[in-house]
Amino acid sequence: MDKVKSLEDLKRLREEALEKRRVKTASGEVQIVVGMGTVGIAAGARETLKAILDYIEKENLSGIVVRQTGNIGLDSFEPIVQVIKGDQPKVTYGRVHPDAARRIMKEHVVGGQIVKDYVIES
Amino acid sequence: MRELALHLLDIAHNSVSAGARNITITIIEDSQVDRLSMTVEDDGVGMDALTLQRVTDPFVTSRTTRSVGLGIPLLKAAAEACNGDLTIQSKPGVGTRIDVVFQRSHIDRMPLGNLAETILTLVVGCPEIHWVFRYQVDGETFEFDDAPIKEELKDIPLTEPAIIAYLRETLEKGVARVQQAGQS
Repeated sequence: MDKVKSLEDLKRLREEALEKRRVKTASGEVQIVVGMGTVGIAAGARETLKAILDYIEKENLSGIVVRQTGNIGLDSFEPIVQVIKGDQPKVTYGRVHPDAARRIMKEHVVGGQIVKDYVIES
Repeated sequence: MRELALHLLDIAHNSVSAGARNITITIIEDSQVDRLSMTVEDDGVGMDALTLQRVTDPFVTSRTTRSVGLGIPLLKAAAEACNGDLTIQSKPGVGTRIDVVFQRSHIDRMPLGNLAETILTLVVGCPEIHWVFRYQVDGETFEFDDAPIKEELKDIPLTEPAIIAYLRETLEKGVARVQQAGQS
């Protein structure tokens, strides 16, 4: 895909993305949620989210929705990341620093294997 | 938290939690009057006078007011330590405005940190909110409004790889341009 430089380019990009989605709807959407309460931010959640976005960008992964949420209520495990793939149950990971985030992206989001080392509940 | 941009991420989240639809962030650096100010304005639920009083008082804010937490008292203390202040104006049903001011050259002032990354995090992570970001250094301004981008994209998520790249580049370039102009 060419680089997006203007709003015009976005229009073209939208069409490309729609096309892609039509092809892979069956596999279901992936949702990634990062906890961004005060504790999460202090524990490095912004860098975790950055690592996730960088991975999506680098690997050119389409159809992933990244969201953030307030405090999840598991302070000592921050930064917290939840992965929801299609209609599979939600997996909650704790102490997800950038290296762990890249591993989760590679092994779980792309590879389909839950990264047990960081799971706090699933 | 060691950068103002992280505090900004934190206080902007209070606006998100308050159910805001529109959030405007303004950062102004002025070397003439030696001030650095950050403002977050939202149209969320707002607060009554009693809650407002609690938010800025670290001894009254407790774990029971979990939605507010320690973020604001810590930022207020940091601002006051730099000849600045943190003030909040709020009206139930109308919204909240929070102003944080620092003496820009104060030795204890935290660095601004990665502003572009903070804005990118907010825009991508809370796509249902209309974000406006203004950054000014000594009269040079960068303004980012995500409405036209979302209008163009419609139902395509902002987390498509090419869009992340576009947003990051726009924000990083804008912030860098303003900061360079401020140095010259």
